[in-house]
Amino acid sequence: MSVLEMREMVKEYRLREGLRTTRLRAVDNVSFELTPGRTIALVGQSGSGKSTIAKLLMQLERPTSGSILVDGEPMQYRGARAAAYRKAVQMVFQDPFGSLNPYHTIGHHLARPVTLHHPDFTREQVDERVLELLRRVRLDEDYVGRKPHELSGGQRQRVAIARALAPEPAILVADEPVSMLDVSIRLGVLNLLAALQREENLGVLYITHDLATARHFSDEIMVLYHGAVVEHGSADDVILNPQHEYTQLLAEASPAPERRLAELGH
Amino acid sequence: MTLKLAVGLGIAGIIVVFGVVGPLLVGNPSTVRDLGLTGPGNGFLLGTTQTGQDVFAQLAYATRGSLIIGVVVGALTLLLSSFFGIVGAFVGGWADEAFSLFTNIMLVIPGLPLVILISSYVPNKSIWLVAAVLAITSWAGSARVLRGFTLSVRSRDYVLAARISGEKRWRILFVEILPNLIPLLASQVVFAVIFAILGEAGLSFLGLGASGSFTWGTMLFYAQNGLALRLGAWWWFAPPGLAIALFGAALSLINFSIDEIINPKLRSQTRAERNKWSVKS
Repeated sequence: MSVLEMREMVKEYRLREGLRTTRLRAVDNVSFELTPGRTIALVGQSGSGKSTIAKLLMQLERPTSGSILVDGEPMQYRGARAAAYRKAVQMVFQDPFGSLNPYHTIGHHLARPVTLHHPDFTREQVDERVLELLRRVRLDEDYVGRKPHELSGGQRQRVAIARALAPEPAILVADEPVSMLDVSIRLGVLNLLAALQREENLGVLYITHDLATARHFSDEIMVLYHGAVVEHGSADDVILNPQHEYTQLLAEASPAPERRLAELGH
Repeated sequence: MTLKLAVGLGIAGIIVVFGVVGPLLVGNPSTVRDLGLTGPGNGFLLGTTQTGQDVFAQLAYATRGSLIIGVVVGALTLLLSSFFGIVGAFVGGWADEAFSLFTNIMLVIPGLPLVILISSYVPNKSIWLVAAVLAITSWAGSARVLRGFTLSVRSRDYVLAARISGEKRWRILFVEILPNLIPLLASQVVFAVIFAILGEAGLSFLGLGASGSFTWGTMLFYAQNGLALRLGAWWWFAPPGLAIALFGAALSLINFSIDEIINPKLRSQTRAERNKWSVKS
């Protein structure tokens, strides 16, 4: 699998208020294309539909209309093609404290996707692969036997990244991967993601509300506002030459040392 | 291990050992003798009943009977409430609607009148029938609690992550969700056992219990019929009454300890402890 395309995607939720039902359009006619080796940042405020797009890609929600195409073929929800799709598209969740099962060890979290991906592996091969995954995300091998509550937020997020990499995906969806982490370790996790992306030639959908990291880590930026893409272009274009009001507002809100220095120096 | 848990496990353990081993060491509890209503001592550890039966032997068999009721009802309640609570919530959609409607119906059926009705229709009730009736009328409450908790666990990120990695649905249920429900299940089972033993004692005391069996409830029923209280034969009604109270208290202590494991905020909620916090902060 090489190219994942979302085409004219619409997702509506029915809201019931007494007897009346209203429709909320969470995702409004969104189209984009994820290719290996490229990172697209999806920027928008809370409730703009970012996470819904992630869920649609992960088959956790069904679209109201529109389609997801894999190399030009529509995605399947059942059968062998669906299983292949699930291996090819993986996700890193926002909250590292909720995405690991408190009951299971780190080893279990990594061994399961490995076993599912390689049913023919022996126990030793699976263990070896788990250790390799831990090394890939720069964690010590003795974390295998630990439970999630013994790890810090940053370490947990590294485990979550390792779990997403276990099925050797082509596309990675990262849903605000650092927003729940301490500011001091965000850069480390983001750099790890960027390094892994280069090593594996991954296509990454980086969901965030932070324009600065979006510009730094992505090739393209899509700005989502009330479910619709209001701006889509190369990272520098969108940041330096914002067209839509909301993008301008976002750009204004990010700290800009040059502007601040100019204000002080006048 | 907290003091609560140690005391609870200690008392419950002694009673269980007595119920398992006791009947092997005592004579026939139904043997009638000429020694009506003798007090403790004189060769009978807990005296005799009006018809000269050994109260200690009866207590041993009654403990076994009540424990059997408790275990059977506990197991049946666990099965029924997990099936209707956990499976319904996990599958979702129409199955969930149907299961929770059924649970709600079972919940509003008044238990005691139903039990009395069933009990009075069947002439020769075995201990298993009584256990089944108690289980059928008592699983709905815990099914609702389990459903609520399962709904919350089902939508957590680690379950979504398991779905994304392509885990089979039964594996998600049994390996990812169920272990997180174990503390809750344990406390529900302990509660069901208490309910069953108390319920059976109540039924037997009303004369609706299993016929021809020994439980703490039937002992109290015969003591009441034999006017034990008016004749001052405390050794006849006090042991089964105490056994019920002690076993109920022991299981409750175990249950509180499990609750504290689930929810650490419940620990050290004595006034002295809370005063210490306020001084610290």
